[in-house]
Amino acid sequence: MTTPRVAASPAAFVSSAGPAPLAHARVAGSGLGRRRGRSAAAWRKRAEIAFFVAPALVLFLMFVVWPIITAVQISLYKWKGIGPLVDFVGLHNYVSVLTNQLFTDALTHNLIIIVVSIAVQLPLGLGIALLLNRKMWGQGLLRTLIFVPYVLSEVVAGVVWRQLLVPTYGGVDAIARFLHIPTPQQGFLGTPDIALWTVLFVLTWKYLGLAVILFLAGLQGVPEDLYEAAQLDGASWWQVQRKITVPLLGPTVRTWAFLSMIGSLQIFDMVWILTGGGPIGRTSTMATFLIYQGTKSQAFGIASAASVILFVIALVLAVAYQQLVLRRDTRPDQPRRKAKR
Amino acid sequence: MSATTLTRHAAPAAVRRPRRFDLKPSTAAVYFVALVVVALTLGPVIYGVLGGFRTNAQIAENPAALPHPWVLFNYTGVLTNPDFWRYALNSTGIAVITTALVVICGIMAAYPLARYEFKYREGVFMVFVVGLLFPASVAIIPLFILITQNFHLGNTWIGIALPQAAFALPTTVVILRPFLVALPKELEEAAQLDGASRIGFFWRILLPLSGPGMVTVGVLAFVGSWNAYLLPLLLLGPQNKTLPLGVADFSSEHGSDTAGVFAFTSLAMIPALVFFLAMQKRIVSGLQGAVKG
Repeated sequence: MTTPRVAASPAAFVSSAGPAPLAHARVAGSGLGRRRGRSAAAWRKRAEIAFFVAPALVLFLMFVVWPIITAVQISLYKWKGIGPLVDFVGLHNYVSVLTNQLFTDALTHNLIIIVVSIAVQLPLGLGIALLLNRKMWGQGLLRTLIFVPYVLSEVVAGVVWRQLLVPTYGGVDAIARFLHIPTPQQGFLGTPDIALWTVLFVLTWKYLGLAVILFLAGLQGVPEDLYEAAQLDGASWWQVQRKITVPLLGPTVRTWAFLSMIGSLQIFDMVWILTGGGPIGRTSTMATFLIYQGTKSQAFGIASAASVILFVIALVLAVAYQQLVLRRDTRPDQPRRKAKR
Repeated sequence: MSATTLTRHAAPAAVRRPRRFDLKPSTAAVYFVALVVVALTLGPVIYGVLGGFRTNAQIAENPAALPHPWVLFNYTGVLTNPDFWRYALNSTGIAVITTALVVICGIMAAYPLARYEFKYREGVFMVFVVGLLFPASVAIIPLFILITQNFHLGNTWIGIALPQAAFALPTTVVILRPFLVALPKELEEAAQLDGASRIGFFWRILLPLSGPGMVTVGVLAFVGSWNAYLLPLLLLGPQNKTLPLGVADFSSEHGSDTAGVFAFTSLAMIPALVFFLAMQKRIVSGLQGAVKG
């Protein structure tokens, strides 16, 4: 499966479950487990554990962990992809990646995608989720339909959007003409100053449904009696949302924001299909940079250094976010954060 | 919880009528917003599907019109194209192998991580959790070398399925573990009293009860594999392309045949869409279970 890009794959959808299960660690336990039984029983248990865990662990170590370690190794060499690793260059590849304007531009684009994704999808997704969180006819159907873009592969969605955005003959230009809105001559994807925003628009279209579904799932967890109490106190709908719903949705929103950030760092398919990183590198991301270096230029050392940098950024971001933001959600004794004003 | 509920006492007349025809301004506004959102999300998809029923001349003349007349030859052209079926077969084969690997390895690993007590349990679990952070692109070059040169599995179904399954495992384990933890302890004790070993418990009780959890992770793995692009792009030759690769190639080779591209793309999106929508209820409830723990 591909990765948890902005949620680029269903994997990301689910990995929302990430932090939650940790809380269960201590609850788990085998009723069959004897306290330090005879050693034969202990060995039997070890063998059972090994038997059950081994396939997954071997698969994971062999096809995920080992390649990443190898990537670190390759990043220290100048290597064209053939023959043994002999040309050791130390950190030279890292220096050339980090001083390469193409890479720093790509990194900047990744950061813009992170910020804009959250700034746009959070209010929109929250608004739509709050509106749909009521007993109404067709609610299930509406939820499903909003989720459709998320289920499509990025390639399929990207190809449809590329056709829609073709200058003059695309559907978007036709609608703009009908509404007398001027459109860029080279198209939305071909004009350097507009291309990244167009890609962001398509990404929002693709991933808004995920935010809505996750927020709706979180809303299921808000206790009904809170609403009843608010109703007795004569609170308006708006007050109820602001004072009760949104604060209680905090953990869901924070988990979603985390997924969105990690996914934005890894974004590849959509950009590759829509623009290939162009025009003149204005929509490139770290992933398109490293794939380009690896496949088109055969510069595997450079590409590996870029991939390690990408990984380290993701890791640092994840650890920092876990420590600074998500931590409060795993401490039950902590009082809930108050809504902002 | 909503305006409807809050005003219930003020408007008893509304109770008698069926709710669904209750068109108060607030409800109407919600429907309006919802319909706008749905139009925006579905618009491009519907445009693509309808585009397949038009001719290129129609599209060039008025890009935003309905098909007139409706033509079928774009779709029949794709459906009689042997390449399309070969891509579909490759996608299916790879997705099935990936799903099987993920579900089998995932449930096996989740069992001891959920219900055994041993020293390195949290450590092993953390290895998988950290795996959630690994984008496939980071490991893609060594993975390419490993699959093609070390295992000679380049251009094969299993060569794609193995790494795809490996990358899907973290999610799977993270979803399945709380699911297995939640099974009541009494079941295990009862099984023990009846003389079942832990492996017997796994086979006879845990596996049947884990059906919904396995469906959730299975569907996610299947759709993920079906939609995957980067790994197949690097590992598969022209004969063994999957549908996303086929769509990407077709659209760049036949760029001027807009209607043909729409038809090809529309047909390629159907299986994942149908599969996911059919399973949607179970997926969402499975995820809620995992999120709530």
